[in-house]
Amino acid sequence: MNLRDKSLYFLDLHRNGLTVLALSLLLAVYPLFYGNPYILGLTNLIGIYTIVVLGLNLFIGYAGQISLGHAAFFALGAYGSAVLTVKWGVWPWPAIILVALATAMVALLVGIPALRLHGHYLAMATLGFNIVIYTVLVQWDALTGGPSGFAGIPALSFGAWQFDTDLKLHYLVWTAALICLMLGLNLVRSGVGRGLAALAGDEVAARSLGVDTRRAKVKVFVLSAVLASLAGSLYAHTFGFVSPDTFGIFASVDFVTMVVVGGLGSVWGSLFGAAILTWLPEFIDVFESYKDIIHGLILVLVLLFLPKGLVTGLIDLSRVRLARWRQRRA
Amino acid sequence: MLEVVSVCRNFGGLPALSDVSFSLQRGRVTALIGPNGAGKTTMINCITGVDIPDAGRVDFAGEDITGLPAYRVARLGISRTFQNLKLFPRLSVIDNVLCGLTVQGGQSMLGALLRPPRVRNRERRLRLRAMAALDRFGLTELADWPVDVLAYGDRKRVELARAVVSEPRLILLDEPVAGLNHEETATVAKEIRALRAQGYTLLLVEHDMDLVMRVSDHVVVLDGGRCIAGGTPDEVRRNPLVLEAYLGRTGAMA
Repeated sequence: MNLRDKSLYFLDLHRNGLTVLALSLLLAVYPLFYGNPYILGLTNLIGIYTIVVLGLNLFIGYAGQISLGHAAFFALGAYGSAVLTVKWGVWPWPAIILVALATAMVALLVGIPALRLHGHYLAMATLGFNIVIYTVLVQWDALTGGPSGFAGIPALSFGAWQFDTDLKLHYLVWTAALICLMLGLNLVRSGVGRGLAALAGDEVAARSLGVDTRRAKVKVFVLSAVLASLAGSLYAHTFGFVSPDTFGIFASVDFVTMVVVGGLGSVWGSLFGAAILTWLPEFIDVFESYKDIIHGLILVLVLLFLPKGLVTGLIDLSRVRLARWRQRRA
Repeated sequence: MLEVVSVCRNFGGLPALSDVSFSLQRGRVTALIGPNGAGKTTMINCITGVDIPDAGRVDFAGEDITGLPAYRVARLGISRTFQNLKLFPRLSVIDNVLCGLTVQGGQSMLGALLRPPRVRNRERRLRLRAMAALDRFGLTELADWPVDVLAYGDRKRVELARAVVSEPRLILLDEPVAGLNHEETATVAKEIRALRAQGYTLLLVEHDMDLVMRVSDHVVVLDGGRCIAGGTPDEVRRNPLVLEAYLGRTGAMA
């Protein structure tokens, strides 16, 4: 092997690690150039959504299931952290972990019966779950503050040092998002991850290869719920205020749209999908005013023409083209 | 090795299998043949836990595996291919073959998420095994290609590689040469013989009599859900019941 081959091999071997490194550096210096608090608030939101979308992508894109109820887990994280820290005086950091564990239990209880369902039925079941949680948030005034929301959630802190500015939150949120992305990348490159991909491809074949499909589905569902809960807790502590509107069924549909735009079964696509759909409305007014229509349109068009999702679909298309081209030349 | 004892399976009152018994010898190639609708695929499904027999017993290596879920059967070391290919189109060739090593890849989600050095090394070893399997079936060049673009014959070989890569104790091949041309069939025959030479135990479900006669040690004939004959290829070829099942009741009908 000459030097060129060696370095290409090195790049290929460590492509995930190097991408994460490059992105970390980019994100570390980014606020030096765009210190505008408004923009930073927006990118923080992208970071938080990335975590939710990543979990949902593992469930929808990798394992081939569907959930229209992930905003509910996001809500459990956000409200859980809010209630624990404000009403019960629990420290924020342990509260995040307690809430994540509680959400995992809820996901387990919902998932074990619901994941026996397939396709439309599973979509309806998860949608129903989201509606239940939303209704509880609106109706249970005493605990959640009802429709007007829950204010005064404290910022996260290390001792006296608080994460109270957008700049500090930028580093906190993106550290969390990058760690989650790395965990996701690890998962999909493992035996467990391939088991999930097999499950998405063909359940009978997956079982014949030794995948306990029922258990695998529940596991990945719980994992995605925990990620959504962590993101929810971050959301609560970042913005200090939560209201039920953020967690309705349209929020769930938005998350699914982000997964689809980013690409089903693509870890990096989760970041891309969350970023695009959060940025666009800020720049194009039409997106803001007709958000639900446009999201619906994007969803339908992408699924019609690129059923694997926008980014994954395009990448796969070019891979197939390339392979065919090599085939013809060989 | 594998013992099938009076297995029955009915679909809505119609018997697909009635009272079928046969056994597989370790290190031998056994063929299961019969006309369309004889119950061959149902039999394979009953062995692998995809389907559950209504009566009877299936023993594997002295263990009763009747009615075990498919993933537990697979973990005992029984792997299979499917009649109409069940590859994972989203994955590349090498990843499809790696799926054959799912059991060896560990079950721990936490381990997978954190990817400690132990898991990393295991992944590396599994990848080497998958590459070796690709090499054996002449697929090395195609390792990174998406499965969608492969020709049918290549896809059949990928599925074969996926079934073999885990070095299972028993391999069930459901019509490995269906839809293949003459040359490709000859290659598969060679590969089956090579597997046997390495000490693998195989159960072959096949229509192609030529292939069956060339590679198998023992032949079991099913017709209408019943086991009508069993023996060496030569014995079966001369058995009047078998001829009748395949060619119709020429004498009696006239």
